[in-house]
Amino acid sequence: MMGLDIAFWVLAVVSVGAALAVVLTRDIFRAALFLVLCFFTVAGIYITLSADFLAGAQVLIYVGAIGVLIIFAIMLTRESRRGSPSGRLRLPALFIGLLFLVTMVFVVVSTDWYVIAELPTEPTTTAIAQALFSGEDGFVLAFEIAAALLLAAIIGAIVLVREK
Amino acid sequence: MDLYLLSPEISLLALALVVILLDLFIGRKWILGWVSIIGLIVPVIFTLSLWGRNETSFGGALAVDHFSLFFHLFFLGVAALVLLSSTEFARKFAAFRAEYYALILLAATGMMLLASTRELISIFVALELTGISLYVLTGFLKDPKSSEAGLKYLLLGAVASAVFLYGMALVFGLTGTTYLEGIAAAISAEGLLGSPALLMGIVLLVAGFGFKIAAVPFQMWVPDVYEGAPTPITAYLSVASKAAGFAVILRVFYEALGPASLDWGMIFAVLAAITMTVGNIVAIAQKNIKRMLGYSSIAMAGYLMIGLAAVTTEASSALIFFLACYALTNLGAFIAIIAISNKINSDEISDYSGMVRRAPLYALALALCLISLTGIPPTAGFMAKIYIFSAGVNAELLWLVIIAVINSVISAYYYLRVVRVMFLGEPLSKEGVHASSGLRVALSISCLGVLLLGIYPWMLLKFAETAASIFLP
Repeated sequence: MMGLDIAFWVLAVVSVGAALAVVLTRDIFRAALFLVLCFFTVAGIYITLSADFLAGAQVLIYVGAIGVLIIFAIMLTRESRRGSPSGRLRLPALFIGLLFLVTMVFVVVSTDWYVIAELPTEPTTTAIAQALFSGEDGFVLAFEIAAALLLAAIIGAIVLVREK
Repeated sequence: MDLYLLSPEISLLALALVVILLDLFIGRKWILGWVSIIGLIVPVIFTLSLWGRNETSFGGALAVDHFSLFFHLFFLGVAALVLLSSTEFARKFAAFRAEYYALILLAATGMMLLASTRELISIFVALELTGISLYVLTGFLKDPKSSEAGLKYLLLGAVASAVFLYGMALVFGLTGTTYLEGIAAAISAEGLLGSPALLMGIVLLVAGFGFKIAAVPFQMWVPDVYEGAPTPITAYLSVASKAAGFAVILRVFYEALGPASLDWGMIFAVLAAITMTVGNIVAIAQKNIKRMLGYSSIAMAGYLMIGLAAVTTEASSALIFFLACYALTNLGAFIAIIAISNKINSDEISDYSGMVRRAPLYALALALCLISLTGIPPTAGFMAKIYIFSAGVNAELLWLVIIAVINSVISAYYYLRVVRVMFLGEPLSKEGVHASSGLRVALSISCLGVLLLGIYPWMLLKFAETAASIFLP
């Protein structure tokens, strides 16, 4: 258990640090790279929770696809080198962010969470597939709606990139 | 697993696909609009064939009951009126008409699902299906205003989704299930009432839904989006998207968080008071009629939330009745605006001066809808307010109802100002206003509905009561 604890804390610190860097870095390209690092460490946290399939999906989709997409988008955008402009709302945003952080920490610490006794050691892929596709007591409805959602997104993308 | 229970949604999705595919083979594009309007009969028939059934499918994730069927008909009706009022408007984007109609239908599919799913992940995906279709429709014109509106709506919508997901995650982490029934059972069985995580989850869920129904302080997107979006889509947003938000709030808060109703009843009461006051006061200063109706729709969300604050079946049926009356009234107002703006190419209230002499019927229709929004008899808006206010009084929320009545008086000022400009002002030109047959049909339906509900509301009230009866404890 000791090793897992150490791994968790290392991953947690790096991931929070990377997330902070995403918001605080001026250079938007570096912010994107920090975001990728943050995605990676989250995948690591999934592994410590023995959610192997989820970790794989996280790396493939977030690190692989979304990370690359964001970097492409930055490279294709002119004047992106200037970075994010500083807004007048910096202080209020900081205040509200801190308030939210304090509340969330309080909530997480003072709640009696629903915890399982020991980590599952079986691979989770079968269980996820069953949860996704079994008709009874599963998530097949959400899966079907997601298909319609993707259709709407594709049609929307085509409409929005049309020549005027 | 009974797929037939899902047939209204499936047939509506199929209709959207048919419209897109027909686009490839048909030269006369005006047919597409009529195909999508007439095709709506199919989901309506499926919905009616399910009437009276009270079953669940997909392991309890999908419920077919009076509530969901009522909202199916509601969203199909609103979609039909929006499509009717779009037929003329859609000529502006010659090559992409099919996609425009299909996205309206896809958004309606999402809203129908929102009213009938009883599982948080399905609710989230349905919310996004509705959201994405509406973001694209908002930015459809691709001119600077419309693009800005679409981008603002997308960004703020994404934030709202994230907040909503956060709330969902807290509730799931606490109860170990995403099924609404299971959540309610876990809350009462394990004595989770008063747990900080549950309270935080409720607050975040209210914030996420508050964006959809445009409650203060989650309303900042409304004026810009309403002004920039194509007018039929503004009507769609102000009516259907808001109603979908209320439907899903009723479903989630009564079915999953019913045991914690003391907490969220109070939150909604406070939000209702703030929302109607802010909406009405800012509306006074508006010069653009679409922006004014945007703020008026924020105020309406405030009145509607009285039905959530008073946690009784009477209040939920009053809320559902209010939604139907508001839908007809607001659609009527927007359709009249589309007809008039098409001619004068402006949304400024001052340009409506003397409209009664240029377009007597449209001006009268708009005046009728504005009177109904104010809540003056004999219109639907009057009945709606009577019922929701009396439900509030019966639930011992007298202070909230007093605020609402004061607000109604304030709102009379800016609604009737438009009527005054139209009836007493000097016309800017002598040219008349002519609108397409689709617009005329849609406008007559909504105006007749407004009058009919103002005189004879009992039948719809009965429907609303049966719909709300599923929330009996």
